[in-house]
Amino acid sequence: MSGQSLTADEQATGKAVADSVRDSRRRLTRDALAISAYALPVGLVYGLTALQAHYSLLDVLANSTIALAGGAQFAAAGMVKDGASWLAIAGVVALVNARHLLYSAAVAPYLTATSRRERAVMAHFLTDESFALALAHFRRIGGFERRGYWIAAMAIFVPWTIGSGFGYIVAGAVNTNQLGLDMAFPAAMAGLSLGMVSGRRDVAAALAAVAVAVPVGLVGGPSLGLVAGAVVGPFFGLAVPASPTDESSAPETPEPFSEAGLP
Amino acid sequence: MSVALVPLAFLMWAVTYPSRALPMLAPGIERLPAWAVSYLRLAGPAALAALAAVSCLLTADKPPHLLVGIEPVAVGVCVLIVARTRLLFPGVAAAVVVVAVARALGVAA
Repeated sequence: MSGQSLTADEQATGKAVADSVRDSRRRLTRDALAISAYALPVGLVYGLTALQAHYSLLDVLANSTIALAGGAQFAAAGMVKDGASWLAIAGVVALVNARHLLYSAAVAPYLTATSRRERAVMAHFLTDESFALALAHFRRIGGFERRGYWIAAMAIFVPWTIGSGFGYIVAGAVNTNQLGLDMAFPAAMAGLSLGMVSGRRDVAAALAAVAVAVPVGLVGGPSLGLVAGAVVGPFFGLAVPASPTDESSAPETPEPFSEAGLP
Repeated sequence: MSVALVPLAFLMWAVTYPSRALPMLAPGIERLPAWAVSYLRLAGPAALAALAAVSCLLTADKPPHLLVGIEPVAVGVCVLIVARTRLLFPGVAAAVVVVAVARALGVAA
């Protein structure tokens, strides 16, 4: 009798867990669709930015699928347009994307049951948005769920790639300067930077980066100014006392920086 | 079709992937000093702000000059909208419209 009772309990528990996972996955899918709807138009902006930097369509698609690094892709396109060296581009991309180290560390405890090979593949798709979606899902269900991770990953990968390719094709058919589309890049960079700001330390780092980048850029060229600002700016941020909203004051609880709909 | 920038995509992947993969594949590696973690967090907004600044405040000629025109105004409009809405696309769209209108009216080059 007790064996039957335990089995019934186990079945009830199993059903409750399955329901909980299903509910959480439904919520994940809903959130993922909202992010997809936003990633598509931002991908369009990237496509036209890349066109102005003389990328080919294949270059654009390769960048969106292989690098899969929205803000850094914008940065690279701007630097290519300015004739920066690939070494400088790599340095800036590494700096912009260094935050993924924190995302990966936050997700890692949930992945202990997966194989190294699977984790190696999953890592490629770890972006601001996939991190935010997947971690929230894992926390809700109290563990890892493979399908949930891939829903989160594809929510940004697919619309971003389609959007960037489509944006490139559309922009090629119009006079981008006459329509003001050349402003999309600096505006997107400023907006993305703001999207990462969570407290006074971020503000100090961003303002100091600008204050360093412009004069150095005037003397040594835009690329040197950019690298100088990007490297020096964070030190000014560190010198400022953290406010309660500063994510940089709580390294053990990483949250995604960008709310802008970019990988 | 040119594939000249495909190797750049691989280079970008090569400098991005370790950040994404190392803590997943080698647990414990993420235990950096607190100041280093904070620096990494601050590097993103700093790099993008620097990029926005050199893109809209410096000319592309050599040597570069300070750019005075509608462009910094348009970026300012974008920043205001993003600050209010926390959404990128409306801000970028507004910046584009500001410049397009100014150019259509002949008040900007």
